[in-house]
Amino acid sequence: MANLKPNKSKISFLITFVILFVIWIILSGKFDLFHISLGLISCFLVSYFSWDHLLPDLDVRTLPGVWIRFIRYIPWLLYQILVANIHLLYLVFHPRTQEVIDPRIMRFNTRLKDGMALVTLANSITLTPGTITIYISVFGEVTFHVIDIQSGKTLPFIMEAKVAEIFKE
Amino acid sequence: MNIIVILLMVLGLIFFTGGAVGIIRMPDFYSRLHPAGKLDTMGVFMIMTSLSLYTLQEFTFSALLTAVKIMLIVVFVFITSPTATHAIVDAGVRAGMVPWTKDETREHILE
Amino acid sequence: MMDTVFYISSIIICILMALSLYRAVVGPTVLDRLIGVNAIGSKTTALLILIGLLYHRVDMFVDIALAYAMLNFIAVLAASRYFQKRKGLYDEGVRK
Repeated sequence: MANLKPNKSKISFLITFVILFVIWIILSGKFDLFHISLGLISCFLVSYFSWDHLLPDLDVRTLPGVWIRFIRYIPWLLYQILVANIHLLYLVFHPRTQEVIDPRIMRFNTRLKDGMALVTLANSITLTPGTITIYISVFGEVTFHVIDIQSGKTLPFIMEAKVAEIFKE
Repeated sequence: MNIIVILLMVLGLIFFTGGAVGIIRMPDFYSRLHPAGKLDTMGVFMIMTSLSLYTLQEFTFSALLTAVKIMLIVVFVFITSPTATHAIVDAGVRAGMVPWTKDETREHILE
Repeated sequence: MMDTVFYISSIIICILMALSLYRAVVGPTVLDRLIGVNAIGSKTTALLILIGLLYHRVDMFVDIALAYAMLNFIAVLAASRYFQKRKGLYDEGVRK
């Protein structure tokens, strides 16, 4: 905590506080003085103690661009999830499931370096049916399990390109 | 409006059915995770969307709050479901469970 | 009319939960049971909101559903960490 610049920690604290308070308001749904002040106090305490957990390495200059590109990435991801879900439904309801599927473990090396980008890539791969991330190392080696060869051949590479575009790497 | 709600609900139930049937039919632990983790997430997404649309039909403030809470559950599920799936698969790999394959080529290296 | 739809979908979800329970009871390894329990939990989240709509108390049941989703996630996480490198993980038919 101490080795970071105070300015950085203040912005990180503020973002954490705002996110927590919005969730408090949605969950509580009461707007009298008592509940609001209770929420302010508890959100302040929580974000004071753990502001460096939600946004570990924050860069203020690139942050808005990353978030805008990330929000534009979500509809594409939802569409891919839907398409792959329908493919998985076909596999499940196929009368001879054990002949259609061809599970195996695949590996590839990604060139992403940033921790947040690696987490996004791993979660995107896991959310898309047909592929589950087993292990992703700091050096960018991704190990994942696929249910049939076809679903693991192209999609992770497109996804890697998209994630690299989000985080400008 | 009701037709959209019912359509989304039926789609979500189909995804749930796929998840439940897939858990039973798949041959091994790794391939069972595919229907369990993802079809269920999609089913929750569809059903929750339809229910929040139904809640929004009489447009009051408390109905809006309820709909936002339902969508908050969806966001929460979308964040946590990959994490839970990854935790289970990690436990399996550390225990040294061998994946079921059709032929003997167990690993397929892509470059 | 919508109440009928909600009734029928709740019953279908209950049947699907029974199907997932098969994997939770039979499943050869502990992790298979964990998958079954996780599937039941995510269906319960949807079922709770359906129950809330049937009783016209959605504003109350949605909080319960949210808490249940969190509890389900934490339970799966804790169980999968707890069972790492345990004997029960191996196939119970193969173990001597």
